[in-house]
Amino acid sequence: MKVQINSERCQGHGRCYDLADDLFGDDDEGFGQVLGEGVVPPEKEREARLAAANCPERAIEILEET
Amino acid sequence: MTVDDRFIRVEADQDEELLGTRSEIITGPVSDWATDFSHLEPEWSADPYPIQDDLRQRCPIAHTGRFGGGWLPVRYEDVAAIAYDTERFSSRSIIMGNFRPPPELAPVGGSPPISSDPPFHHDARKLLLPAFTKGAVAKLEPATRAFCHSLIDAFEGQDVVDAAYDYAQHIPMRVIADMLGFPQADGPRFREFVESTLEGINLPPEERIARMGKLFDYLLAQIHDHLERPREDLTTFLINVELYGRKLEADHVAGTMALLLIAGIDTTWSAIGASLWHLAKTPADRERLLAEPGLLPTAMEEFLRAYAPVTMARLVKEDMSWHGADMKADDWILLSFPAANRDPAQFDRAGDVVIDRAVNRHAAFGLGIHRCVGSHLARMELRVALEVWLERIRTSSLDDPSAVRWSAGQIRGPRALPLRIS
Repeated sequence: MKVQINSERCQGHGRCYDLADDLFGDDDEGFGQVLGEGVVPPEKEREARLAAANCPERAIEILEET
Repeated sequence: MTVDDRFIRVEADQDEELLGTRSEIITGPVSDWATDFSHLEPEWSADPYPIQDDLRQRCPIAHTGRFGGGWLPVRYEDVAAIAYDTERFSSRSIIMGNFRPPPELAPVGGSPPISSDPPFHHDARKLLLPAFTKGAVAKLEPATRAFCHSLIDAFEGQDVVDAAYDYAQHIPMRVIADMLGFPQADGPRFREFVESTLEGINLPPEERIARMGKLFDYLLAQIHDHLERPREDLTTFLINVELYGRKLEADHVAGTMALLLIAGIDTTWSAIGASLWHLAKTPADRERLLAEPGLLPTAMEEFLRAYAPVTMARLVKEDMSWHGADMKADDWILLSFPAANRDPAQFDRAGDVVIDRAVNRHAAFGLGIHRCVGSHLARMELRVALEVWLERIRTSSLDDPSAVRWSAGQIRGPRALPLRIS
C-alpha cells in the first residue's frame, strides 16, 4: 500500500499527521506531507486508512498494490 | 525613531466602512424557520439542532427576509459546495447582520484573511500560517497547562463553579493575549469586544459602530505601544511583515489583529464549555474518559462535530438559481458547519454523541481555503483544558440545568454553566 496527498485539496487540517504520524508530517505552513516515499508497511495499513477516512478535504489517496 | 505614519490615519480610514448598505432590523419570534429564520432569536441559541433537523427534512435550504435577505443550507453536501465555491460566494463579510460592506472592500475585506477572497486571500493567509502550525502551538502547551491548573486552584473551597465563566473563557483569552502581546489583565475588555462583534448584531447602527470603534481604538493603542516597544509577538510581526514588497496597510494590520483576538477567544471558549457541559450531563462518557485517557483525542473530535461552535457567512456575488434557490446578489448565506456536522447523510447516528467515533470527517473548522487558521491552536487548548479538568475535578454535574445560558449568533457555546464539583 502507498499513500499520497492531493496538495490541491489539502488545507492543513492536520488530521493525517495527528492520527498517523509515522506516515505523515507537515510543512512549515501546516500542510500535510507524506513521509518518505509513502510506502505503508502492513502493520500501518489500518492507520493509513484511518487518516484517509478522517481527512475533511478527502485529500488522501490510498493506492493498493496488487 | 520616525513615526510610522500608516497608523495615524487608521481612524479616518474607518469611515469608508460606513459606506456599505444597511437593512431594516427585524427581531422577534420566528413565524416559520423555513421562510423567516433568524440565528439571533433565543430559540436558536437554546437548541438549534431540532430546527436544523426539521429543515433538512422539508426544505434543505431555508430562506429569511430578515437581515436584508439570506439563505440557510443545512445539508453537509450544500454547506461543503458553498464553502468550496469562492467564485459565486464572497467572504467580504462573514458575520450575517444588517450591514453589508461595500463591494469595493473585496477582495481584502475588513478582517483579512477570513474576510478575503482569492487571489489576495492566499497571500494574506500565508503570512499567518507558520505561527499556527501544530509544532508552533505545541510550544505554548506547557504555559497553557499551568494556566489551566491555576484556574482550578482558584476553585478551592467552592462547591459550585461556572465552568464557562470561571474556566473556559479564560484559557483562550490568555493564550491569544500572549500571542498578540496584549496585557493579560485586559481579559474583561476582550470579552466585551467579543460580545459586541458577534452578539450585538441587531443593535441600532450607531451603537454597533460605537462598540466596534472601541475595539479598533484598543487595537490602535496596542499598535502604538508595539511601535514604541517592538517585541516577539504577532502584533510586532504584523506591523513589520511585508506583502508584495511593502508593509501591510494599517487597516490590514488592525483587521487581522481583530480577527485573531475575536476568533481566537469565543470559538475555543465555546468548544471547551460545550465539552464540559456534555461531560457534566453524561456521567458514563466522563467515567469512560477517566478510565481510558487515550480516548480523549477521539472524543474531542466528536465534541467538535456534535457541538461545532462556528457558523460562517458568505455573500452571494450575482443573481443565480443555486440548487433550486433563487439567490440574489448580496443575499447572505448562513454557512452552518454545525448543521453539516449533524447531517445523517454524512454521519451515522448523526444526532448522538459517540465518543469513540473513529471515522469523523467533520467540518467544525470549515472546509476549503478558509479552514480555521487557528485549528491546531484550538485543538491544543481544548485537549489541555479537558485533560486538566478531568485530572483535577473528580465529579461534576449540572447544578441547575435551567441556569445554563448559550451565546446568541454565529458562535455557539455556553456562557453560563454552573457545575457542582468535587
